[in-house]
Amino acid sequence: MTKWVRACARDDVEAEDLIRFDHEDRTFAIYQSPEGAFFCTDGFCSHEQVHLAGGLVMDHIVECPGHNGQFDYRTGEAVRSPACVRPNTYPVRIDGEDVLIAVDFERPG
Amino acid sequence: MDRRDYSLLGKDGQRAIETGLAGANWYATDIPRKTMKGLMKRSDGPAIRDTLIWLAALFGFAGVATALWPSWWSAPFWLAYGLLYGSSTDSRWHECGHGTAFKTRWMNDAVYQFACFMIMRNPVTWKYGHARHHTDTTIVGRDPQILSRRPPNLYKMLANLVGLVDVPLAFKSMIQLASGHLTDEERDYVPEAEWLAAIRVARIWLAIYAATVVLAVWMWSILPLMVIGLPRMYGAWHMTITGILQHAALADNVIDHRLNSRTILMNPISRFIYWNMNYHIEHHMFTMVPYHKLPVLHECIKHDLPAPNASTWQAIREAVPVLFRQLKDPEHFLVRSLPSTARPYLWSGREVAADAAE
Ligand code: FES
Repeated sequence: MTKWVRACARDDVEAEDLIRFDHEDRTFAIYQSPEGAFFCTDGFCSHEQVHLAGGLVMDHIVECPGHNGQFDYRTGEAVRSPACVRPNTYPVRIDGEDVLIAVDFERPG
Repeated sequence: MDRRDYSLLGKDGQRAIETGLAGANWYATDIPRKTMKGLMKRSDGPAIRDTLIWLAALFGFAGVATALWPSWWSAPFWLAYGLLYGSSTDSRWHECGHGTAFKTRWMNDAVYQFACFMIMRNPVTWKYGHARHHTDTTIVGRDPQILSRRPPNLYKMLANLVGLVDVPLAFKSMIQLASGHLTDEERDYVPEAEWLAAIRVARIWLAIYAATVVLAVWMWSILPLMVIGLPRMYGAWHMTITGILQHAALADNVIDHRLNSRTILMNPISRFIYWNMNYHIEHHMFTMVPYHKLPVLHECIKHDLPAPNASTWQAIREAVPVLFRQLKDPEHFLVRSLPSTARPYLWSGREVAADAAE
């Protein structure tokens, strides 16, 4: 069974922005797209151990504050080097005012 | 103290990994997220304006110089052209490599490729080398882009005012890459998936230079090389001076850019050529901020930084005596005082000698 964890309130993340969410010994990035949809990826960039929460969201792209690598935060796809590896993405559910993420989700393949 | 080992596969690099100095968390001034988002925001306008002026000047000076060739009246136009070709391309390569100059991706990429060619830096290997420079700025054995080593090689610095060291090295690297080989150090910081791209660019560039040489021989004139290739030498002086001043005479093996980087207030022409990289502490601390917002960032955080150098000349006068002293005492470096409003320096790694601060 999927384990849903409350990450934040909807209001905690501005549209076209992200915040950091730490859970147990893991860290995530929670995004709100310009259209108001929520997404979640690993917190750390896949290039080096730099947290994406200090980065910049532009439409559906997050730019890492480490070396300006970019990802599509909806899919994790790395779209600009030096980031080459896709970080994990996690399902997000809205429950009233709460943003929940499936922290134990493992994407097939 | 052992002599510093700057090779990326040597003992200092290994020590930096073991001590956690490599890939460390660096000091950053607190800036509210809202302010930071405003500073990071991308736009095309300033870089389009600057690039149109830049290209018009570049082609304009080249055109007039070529038209006046071989008269000595062409000399000032060559000097101006060389400055744009051999120096301003350093900052264009750099800013577009970060992807922050323009909002539009293809514009960054186009200017990046064009500038890389002129500055003779492989767009692939240098991009990853620069990423390492940001992760491990002036960490000995980790940063592949340390211009001012300890003890410094002053002859090399002087020779590079006209590219006498860098240009032969660039051709050596180009030939090596074109023949399908990356150095061990490049293999260390360039992902394998990118090797072919680096090799492909080197081959295209070699073909362009070969064609230029053939044209020069056919015309029996140096003119084609005055337009392509040589300006990387006769126009390199500005880039060499500004590049060395970024970190020279300051601390190494620390994790606070206020200790190892230098912000200099420069005249508007130098700032145009250098695309505001004179705000160097600010750039290293917040790489996401585009060049045209760096003056605003400087105002936001200057309470937490050492006072900027008042001019390039003043920075040279500050750094040169320290470099001379480092010839005999490589442990010597400059520590600038912080204003009372600043948070203390974050030291790490090498012990700080009690007499290090001036
Ligand atoms: S740490 Fe994210 S791009 Fe390098």
